[in-house]
Amino acid sequence: MMKTALKGAVYGLIALAASTAVADESAELVINGETEIVTRADAPAHLDGALSEVTSGWLYRSDETQAMQMDDFDNPGMLAVEDAMVAWGTAEGTENKSCADCHGAAEEGMAGVRATYPKWNDNAEEVRTLAMQINACRTENMGAEEWKYDGGDMLAMEGLISYAGRGDTINVAIDGPAQAMWEQGRDMYYTRTGQLELSCANCHEQNYGNMIRADHLSQGQINGFPTYRLKNAKLNGVHSRFKGCVRDTRAETYAVGSEDFIALELYVASRGNGLSVEGPSVRN
Amino acid sequence: MADNVTPRVRVPRDATAGEVITIKTLISHPMESGQRKDGDGNPIPRSIINRFTCDFNGQNVIDVTLEPAISTNPYFEFQATVPESGAFTFTWYDDDGSVYEDTKEIAVS
Repeated sequence: MMKTALKGAVYGLIALAASTAVADESAELVINGETEIVTRADAPAHLDGALSEVTSGWLYRSDETQAMQMDDFDNPGMLAVEDAMVAWGTAEGTENKSCADCHGAAEEGMAGVRATYPKWNDNAEEVRTLAMQINACRTENMGAEEWKYDGGDMLAMEGLISYAGRGDTINVAIDGPAQAMWEQGRDMYYTRTGQLELSCANCHEQNYGNMIRADHLSQGQINGFPTYRLKNAKLNGVHSRFKGCVRDTRAETYAVGSEDFIALELYVASRGNGLSVEGPSVRN
Repeated sequence: MADNVTPRVRVPRDATAGEVITIKTLISHPMESGQRKDGDGNPIPRSIINRFTCDFNGQNVIDVTLEPAISTNPYFEFQATVPESGAFTFTWYDDDGSVYEDTKEIAVS
């Protein structure tokens, strides 16, 4: 009798330990004790019932990883943001101009920017990701060399722009001239690829919250990008993450910066309409 | 050797006498272990922070030896009891001989 009761207590403890090790999905994200981040929002209309609620990937991480993002001192992604602040004020290229010469202080000049990307650019007649816009600014306005797509300098700058827009509500336009590309991205999202014949939706729409072996599946939202990942100890870009995901379906991947990934980024970003810009976020 | 090495420290601005405070420190550093090889197969030389110390008004609080297995951007969080107002001095020692220092004042009432 005694033994059974004891056993029960031990199992209880194990169950408790297991649930805290996975994630606290009811936690609330407040950064530095002041910036409130929306980690749950009603799904945007275009999802049409496929999801009732959109949730940030932060909710699916362990308590320790969640805590790292709640304080900028503990967030290693902020090291890259600080590097980018130096780059922001450094004059470069044939025009000898810095970002700050046109845009002023990054915190003010870049507020609200991250939340609307990727977006249609009228002059270039293309959908531009944040990285493409940064490179356009560098080549056209500064006369400087392009940065490598998803390279260290680029991701640090994207981190700074995300930091400046932290807490803004993601609001990516999917109508007008961007619609064709958005539809291309949507089709990619629902198309099974690779030897494993998996689409994005198979994991991130139908199975979020479940475990895929040792990994806790999120909805695959990209509102937190660029993301500092503990596995490689650096900021990671959206396209590099897509590439990893497509590779895991055992498919030939698209190239980072390719039109296919730009379309997919546009679509996936729009699935997060209503969530907050978190950047730089911390994930495992 | 290592570029962009910047120490960062967080110490509370004030405390009461005898209070136990939490100190957080981080230094951005690649912490190259010396075990890796570059694209041509040549070993990449070790370059790490090998020692970290913290002193309060000349008295040692913590003295740490770091080994090559420690990850990029080493982070230390520890507690200290503060008997009086003064300054914490933090020192990091790099393999290449560089020494990085930071100081934080604390007012004790």
